[in-house]
Amino acid sequence: MSNSVPTVRNIDTISMPGEYKGLLSWVTSVDHKQIGIMYLLITLFFFLVGGVEALFIRIQLARPENTFLSPDAYNQIFTMHGTTMIFLVVMPMLIGFANYFVPLMIGARDMAFPRLNALGLWLLFFGGLILYYSFIAGGAPAAGWFSYAPLSEKVYSTTTGMDYWALGLLGIGVGTVASAINLVVTIIKYRTKGMSLKRLPLFVWMVLVNGFVILFAMPPLNAALVMLLVDRLLNASFFTVTTGGSPILWQHYFWAFGHPEVYIMILPAWGIISEVIPVFSRKPIFGYEFVAGSSVAIGLLSFAVYAHHMFTVGLGHPFNTAFAFASMTIAVPTGIKVFNWIATMWGGRIRFTTSMMYAASFLILFTIGGLSGISFAVVPVDWQVTDTYYVVAHFHYVLFGGTLFAIFAGIYYWFPKMTGRLLSEKLGKLHFWLTFIGFNMTFFIQHILGLIGMPRRVYTYPNLPGWGSMNMISTIGAFILAISVLVFLWNLIVSFRSGKPAGDNPWEAWTLEWATSSPPPPHNFEKIPLVRSRRPLWDLKHPEDPDWKHES
Amino acid sequence: MNKSKLAVILVIGTEAVFFTLLILAFLYFRSVAKGNTPEGLLDVVKTGIFSLFLFSSSFTVWRAEKNAEHQKIKRSAFWLFITMLFGVIFLTGQGIEWNFLIRHGQTISRDLFGTTFFTLTGFHGFHVLAGLLILGILFILSLTGNFNHKNTVNSVGAVALYWHFVDIVWVVIFSIVYLGVKL
Repeated sequence: MSNSVPTVRNIDTISMPGEYKGLLSWVTSVDHKQIGIMYLLITLFFFLVGGVEALFIRIQLARPENTFLSPDAYNQIFTMHGTTMIFLVVMPMLIGFANYFVPLMIGARDMAFPRLNALGLWLLFFGGLILYYSFIAGGAPAAGWFSYAPLSEKVYSTTTGMDYWALGLLGIGVGTVASAINLVVTIIKYRTKGMSLKRLPLFVWMVLVNGFVILFAMPPLNAALVMLLVDRLLNASFFTVTTGGSPILWQHYFWAFGHPEVYIMILPAWGIISEVIPVFSRKPIFGYEFVAGSSVAIGLLSFAVYAHHMFTVGLGHPFNTAFAFASMTIAVPTGIKVFNWIATMWGGRIRFTTSMMYAASFLILFTIGGLSGISFAVVPVDWQVTDTYYVVAHFHYVLFGGTLFAIFAGIYYWFPKMTGRLLSEKLGKLHFWLTFIGFNMTFFIQHILGLIGMPRRVYTYPNLPGWGSMNMISTIGAFILAISVLVFLWNLIVSFRSGKPAGDNPWEAWTLEWATSSPPPPHNFEKIPLVRSRRPLWDLKHPEDPDWKHES
Repeated sequence: MNKSKLAVILVIGTEAVFFTLLILAFLYFRSVAKGNTPEGLLDVVKTGIFSLFLFSSSFTVWRAEKNAEHQKIKRSAFWLFITMLFGVIFLTGQGIEWNFLIRHGQTISRDLFGTTFFTLTGFHGFHVLAGLLILGILFILSLTGNFNHKNTVNSVGAVALYWHFVDIVWVVIFSIVYLGVKL
């Protein structure tokens, strides 16, 4: 960058990896953009692994009394599928986006602690390797992703899989806390001039709230993991009944993490939706303050609802009632957001790009998942459907139909910024429709399967009326999803090599990441535009009618 | 507030939850055990004396911070050294205590007291050790003069904050585990 003549930076005037040459420049990198991309690539890799595991599950369940997997292998596969998707895909993928875009969106040069940033990434990577090493070391963990004691204890989980599970998650957990601290400090201390909290892009707002949720939600997990390890490796007795320990203690600690975790996995996704919908509706977000404020409410409430995972434990009516009440309350701020997004689209000039199609279907699918979620807050309903496929359908609607759809919206929206090239819209639309159809085919029917009594986590089932055909539909859906992922990968590769050059701001968006070249130079900005409103790039383009005239 | 201090405050927030949960587990299992506890093996006076070293190291690290603020780096280094010394004495005390307990059959696997006691005090000791390592790095850097003023003050201030936290956690643990304070 010693060139004194300012050249227009775009994908044709720079060779993309030119500034980041060779493997060494990546593994030693402390640049938030490189780290962000590595987060996305690592999580994409684990997404494929977790996806293959899902296919194994669906093949085994395709027809009654199938023998594709042994019961033990089946237990390992569903445990690893859940653990992988939650800890190695959804959560870190959102952190990857935050890494890349938070500094750009607030007009910063980098994160507050670049080396800490790299530490978080590598803890994730090696945590994932430790987890997967269990396959070689004598068997993967097989106690489900929440590893209830005493099943997770040495007496019942005799292989070392459980130990690798706990160690791997501990590494990932510490890395996640490191990232959260970094993001919070960056957002609080590194905003450019004029970027007040009231002008912060909503994605950044969500990441900020998410940072605090992570800070207080990860320690319960880490404490529980440490106790489990002490139990297993040093013969202690936190969770073993025979020596006076308490398996319920594990459940409390795990869900004190586990439910906020649900919000950790959705908050940044809401942030992506709050960026994508206004841009493709050509309208500012409706009720900015309410979107931001309701997230803070959700962040706080998320710690007060966890025991709805434990209604069947028998903690007593006062306890159940309190958590049922809190769980219903949290639906209110969530609903507010959905109305905000719909109101943003209302009357807008909507452009149905692939990104927008993912965002719009997010609204539908996430709402379905949210509604089935509220039904669990009703204690008797929970008793009836707990540990059935109804639960599986519910959380796939929020995690896949919700978060993953938002992530796809984010990838189609931001890929041009990261690479300088647009993803193919043609392949994108194909990808979208295959995902949409495949997803609903796989998971909608599981609501019914659950309601008629099919339990989750069984490796096979008897040939009851309807069970076989419904499971077969679900399996076919899963294979359509697999094809959609292949289309997506193909799109990534083809568009990265020879997609249409994106230019600085292909979507005519308004936030600061679009005020620099695509991809941005290592120092992010040649010149940061003055921030006087929530849409600095609108102000720049429309000096005759800038936003700051309307925002007091 | 500078970014290092802010980061340490966030660390303290998250660590406070972690220790709270370990302490809650200790309290819960003690309440379940109902009096039949082997805490008689604990030597309150002896551990109390070693604890005094940790408590007073909060003062010495504060001296290190103040001296750094007044650009007296060598003096600051001296107080950092004293802080580390006190920290090492405390950890030595913990080592002696653990050794005594284990020799008398009170191991981590014997009962729930052992389980919760060693986990709780062990993780606290681990945090003291981490603090010692960071203090050591600061100490060496301030001796070699490889520090510009603003960074020195910021780093010493941030580490001092962490050290106070480790100290306060021990105040709580000592009160609950050794003095038998109930919530």
